Amino acid sequence: MNIVHYFLQHHQEILELTLEHLWLVGISTLLAVAIGIPLGIFSAHRPGWNRPILGSANIIQTIPSLALFGFLLPVPWIGARADRLAILALTLYALLPVIRNTYTGIRGVDRSVLEAGRGMGLTDRQLLFQVELPLATSVILSGVRVAVVVSVGLATIAAAIGAGGLGEFIFRGLAMVNNDLILAGAIPAAVLALSADFALGGLERWLRPR
Amino acid sequence: MESSSENRPAIQLHNVSYTLPNGQALLQNLNLAAQRGETLVLLGRSGSGKTTTLRLINRLLIPNAGEVLVNGSNVVQGDVIRLRRSIGYVIQDVGLFPHFNIEKNIGIVPQIEGWDAGRIHARVEELLHLVGLESSIASRYPHQLSGGQRQRVGVARALAADPEILLMDEPFGAVDAITRDQLQREFLSLQQRLNKTVIFVTHDLREALRLGTRIALMENGRLVTVLSPGDFLRSMDPLASAYVKAFGESLTSVANRGGA
Repeated sequence: MNIVHYFLQHHQEILELTLEHLWLVGISTLLAVAIGIPLGIFSAHRPGWNRPILGSANIIQTIPSLALFGFLLPVPWIGARADRLAILALTLYALLPVIRNTYTGIRGVDRSVLEAGRGMGLTDRQLLFQVELPLATSVILSGVRVAVVVSVGLATIAAAIGAGGLGEFIFRGLAMVNNDLILAGAIPAAVLALSADFALGGLERWLRPR
Repeated sequence: MESSSENRPAIQLHNVSYTLPNGQALLQNLNLAAQRGETLVLLGRSGSGKTTTLRLINRLLIPNAGEVLVNGSNVVQGDVIRLRRSIGYVIQDVGLFPHFNIEKNIGIVPQIEGWDAGRIHARVEELLHLVGLESSIASRYPHQLSGGQRQRVGVARALAADPEILLMDEPFGAVDAITRDQLQREFLSLQQRLNKTVIFVTHDLREALRLGTRIALMENGRLVTVLSPGDFLRSMDPLASAYVKAFGESLTSVANRGGA
């Protein structure tokens, strides 16, 4: 009962921090998609680049998140504001699933379909936009889905460097040994992650080629 | 001028060699010409270089030596996209686009060539009829069709922009014997009406004899001989007679088993 009371009392702040959280996750996901999909396409088309690109994204993934925030702190323009720093770090983490799934999706297109398309005189661009990307969409989207769910969780750490978001409650709660506060951050974050997962899952099923 | 271009072979290969980057030679010194309106069958075992030859004609591969001429011009020098759109291409796995319905599949080349929707629609109707399919199939998707229907759609798609040349790579190899027989019969009647220059790859002697104006026999990346179907059956060439013998024996052994 305590917690319901707490939620009602602080709904304004919870809403604000949830929006802030969404903003961090949303911008970083968009950036990861904008960078990761072209990189995934590139590595699928140029076999020699696949290892270095996926390898780098993999290495980034292994850096503990707090350490990554720390590493980025001295970077000029980025380190100047906590939200920039958080967005960059979240973008870097989201890259791997986006790149990997784009690569897998495009490599998974039936070779005979490509052979026929190329033989009929489709340009590389037409082949990419009319054949490869549409057929890879659901695989790419499931990568984005993983990226979003992971980002929602990771973004709570952003509060440690003062970037805001639902992590504020969690860190405050930890410092004050107050479970209500921790839950005020954790529950909305979990709800965000689940609803993003559900929505993107629905989109993925809807776009799946028959 | 006009008559000289009419008499010129539609496709010529001069001293063509193709070698993989690892040094393996797939084709050596190939000389071959296809006359306008003929069906030239490339017959050979897998690895003999038939498909490689086909893919050199629409420049999916580029020869290491020699030249490939289509209508007298070197394919390596012209615009590759124009070249490919002027040549129909049918492959064994068909390669229909799974996310496009049949109408969009058949109309893909006209669409990227910028035809208006009405003209594409009319052309698709015409082609479906030509290859013996119902127009109601147009709104279906490739996975909803049988193997034989998919092959017909593949042929219709290759014919969409009315190319003079058709390259067919074992187009009837993946269907059952009865469907294959039917498709071969339809191919012959289609070819009588359309008079395309067809290069047809197969490893099946019976198919080669039935469909070919001439048969080019290939082995290990080399051209062995080019013969009409009649001459092929009488040929003294060791490889050609080996094919005929194997073919004859398969018939006899089946007949004997039937008699026993």
